[in-house]
Amino acid sequence: MVGLHKSEFANPVINWIDTRLPIFTMMQKEYGVFPTPKNFNYFWNFGALAMVNLVIMIVTGIVLAMNYKPDAALAFDSVQRIMRDVNFGWMIRYVHANGASMFFIVTYIHLFRGLYYGSYKMPRELLWMIGVVILLLMMATAFMGYVLPWGQMSYWGATVITNLFSAIPVVGNSIVTWLWGGFAVGDATLNRFFSLHYLLPFVLVGVVFLHVAALHITGSNNPLGIEVKGPQDTLPFHPYYTVKDSVGICVFLLVFAVLVFFVPNFFSSPDNFIPANPLATPAEIVPEWYFLPFYAILRSVPNKLGGVMMMFGSIAVLFVLPWLDTSKVRSCKFRPVYRQFLFLLVIAVITLGTVGAHRPEGIWVYLGRVATLYYFLHFLVILPVLGKLERTLPLPESISRKVLPGGGGPLPGGAAAKPMEKM
Amino acid sequence: MRSLVLASHVLAALGLASMGLLAAGTPARAQEALPHQEWSFNGPFGPFDRAAAQRGYQVYKEVCSNCHSLKAAYYRDLAGIGLSAEQIKATAASVTVPDIGPDGAPAERPALPSDHFRSPFPNELAARAALNGALPPDLSVIELAREGGADYVDALLTGYSDPPAGMKMGDGMNYNKYFPGNQIAMPRPLQDGQVTYADGTPASTAQEAHDVATFLAYIAQPEMEARKRMGVKVVLFLIFLTGITYAVKRKVWSDVDH
Amino acid sequence: MADTMTVNGAHGAGGPGATKRDFLKLVASAGAVIGVGAIAWPLIDSMNPSADVLALSSVEVDLTPIAEGSGITVLWRGKPIFVRHRTAKEIKEAEDVKLSALIEPQADSARVKAGHAQWIVVIGICTHLGCIPLGNKPTDPRGDYGGWFCPCHGSQYDTSGRVRHGPAPLNLNLPDYAFESNTKIKIG
Repeated sequence: MVGLHKSEFANPVINWIDTRLPIFTMMQKEYGVFPTPKNFNYFWNFGALAMVNLVIMIVTGIVLAMNYKPDAALAFDSVQRIMRDVNFGWMIRYVHANGASMFFIVTYIHLFRGLYYGSYKMPRELLWMIGVVILLLMMATAFMGYVLPWGQMSYWGATVITNLFSAIPVVGNSIVTWLWGGFAVGDATLNRFFSLHYLLPFVLVGVVFLHVAALHITGSNNPLGIEVKGPQDTLPFHPYYTVKDSVGICVFLLVFAVLVFFVPNFFSSPDNFIPANPLATPAEIVPEWYFLPFYAILRSVPNKLGGVMMMFGSIAVLFVLPWLDTSKVRSCKFRPVYRQFLFLLVIAVITLGTVGAHRPEGIWVYLGRVATLYYFLHFLVILPVLGKLERTLPLPESISRKVLPGGGGPLPGGAAAKPMEKM
Repeated sequence: MRSLVLASHVLAALGLASMGLLAAGTPARAQEALPHQEWSFNGPFGPFDRAAAQRGYQVYKEVCSNCHSLKAAYYRDLAGIGLSAEQIKATAASVTVPDIGPDGAPAERPALPSDHFRSPFPNELAARAALNGALPPDLSVIELAREGGADYVDALLTGYSDPPAGMKMGDGMNYNKYFPGNQIAMPRPLQDGQVTYADGTPASTAQEAHDVATFLAYIAQPEMEARKRMGVKVVLFLIFLTGITYAVKRKVWSDVDH
Repeated sequence: MADTMTVNGAHGAGGPGATKRDFLKLVASAGAVIGVGAIAWPLIDSMNPSADVLALSSVEVDLTPIAEGSGITVLWRGKPIFVRHRTAKEIKEAEDVKLSALIEPQADSARVKAGHAQWIVVIGICTHLGCIPLGNKPTDPRGDYGGWFCPCHGSQYDTSGRVRHGPAPLNLNLPDYAFESNTKIKIG
């Protein structure tokens, strides 16, 4: 039987399928016996949580789309109908709305994990960059989704954000008109945003697949940031990490449920319960919380094009992060100085988030500028320079011998993290 | 085209007259902080106080509904505050709603439980024309659409007073210490004894405001009681599941030195 | 495949056959690019404003009800247009401003129609990020320059619609309009 896959599954049905299309062998290899570092902490749950979250968003979104009407005259009322009259409509919508916030919480923690443990470093650069693409797609999807309820914040958020493209010299205004399909945000805009909001999550699924595929080539990083030396350092993914991820998923669902059932409007703005009105700007246009740091960067530059470039630059800088970090050591565990700077970055981003929620005046302008400055300084100056100067702590010999025994002896920082070590 | 020109003229006239609602969009002067009230529906378990919500419906029906619509809600929704099917039928039938008559011309008929609450004005322009340019907001989700929710509605309804000395009031505007900008087009709607409650509760301004705020809290989130009930079950189940899963995890990992 | 190899072998990279083949390849590729472009353009252009949107391109405004010192908002192509009746004092102030003091220098006379200096007609969209400034009603905040104030990010415009205080980079845009009579304008 030329060309058939030799399957090891005993079940005849599974065996029959697997010999013709070895998906079971693949699943077994990638999720069953896949060798995974044995020293993960709970930070390593967040990738799986993001995946679960994406599935929740797609499932609830599909059901919501069955009742939602993407028409400027009907959208707001159709959302009210979902909340009041559709069976369990309120639950599905609150899950979807709060799911967006949960998705960003989970993803930002996942991203911080990568920063703290140096997961972006050689050989996982492409894995990291695909992750940044995922972040961008998430932002685009979330932005367009927020427009759909067609409240005041939906409308004015869309106006402000699409207007960012008018900063492009010469063709900016034509692009904005093209994006709108009119001379202002309107029915055509809502309709196309709905189309794209439905499409992008499936693009996201494709990119997530690439993200996971790339992960399974390099293997996971781990809290020590040193490569796996052999089988003694790893565990099969199942059952060890399937069960550990399950614990994380349960806790995640618990937080999610408290939000949905008890404070479903915790993250939403009262203004979005006012139907969109093109002739009245709300006193303050505040984007959803997960965009606030970027919004603060936009506003901290007193020049339109400059602000837009800085805002996009704040994400673009993540793309080149693997080459900005010159340190040979991955994990912050062994980078005592860099760790301080990373916490400073976290403080700067939280400051930016707070600044973004406030009217740009007085102390907020000043804080926003300082935090923006630090954000870029961190990536563009501190990271490259510190990597060369910092005295890192001695790295353990291997994952299974992380507690340095008398005989083991620490290796000097640089030597142990040779990037291309074979498993 | 013609209607557009017309609309632009009407808008022009309104632009001159209108003052009220857009004032909410102006940078707010320092406002009084909202006093926090006790609400039956606060907290993770609290239900709507049925008696208060029913009294609140009476206040809405006799006072607010003259200007404010409840477009998203239906008469049948009143079942959620304890009205019987007969009572709902009767209260719906007490108003007429626009429809198309048998001859195809617009006509009015008594409302049914399946009808939306009757809107006092056919559209925004009619409302503004009748009310000196001001537009009374729809109240369907007003308590979600204002910072403070029920506290805000209650405070606004009881926050009227004479303007402080030296404050220049706009034409036809009223001073309210809780309204953003402090100038509101709506005149004080509730007075002591404005309504006569069927259950004999003394109808003070504060009581009326508290009752109608309760009713509007229900109208804004009719799913709230079901949501909280279900939430309790879901959370308890998840706590149980988390415990079990963690126990399994401990067991699975017990042979690993990590 | 074998043919190609033979041809290659016979003529070499620079032979006349190769030139002819390269040319054919080039034409074919160019054809493909044109084809793809021809398919893509209708899809891209379908997202531009449609005929029904473009049709609502002009409105007429009666100026008689606008009191001196206040303005109105009319809707044109989904955008708010501010039409404001300026007082003599405001006109004088707008005309007397030194151009060097402006962010985007422009004389007041270039922003109103000759002989109708009391009427300023601007597109009421902040040039920063598209919010609608306040200031048409006398009770609105008008900023330090008496014109319009954008509540979103604090831009301030004077009574000529010129930006006087950032972050907005440009003056309020002017719509195409003409006076049909002394009390009526046609926008668009």
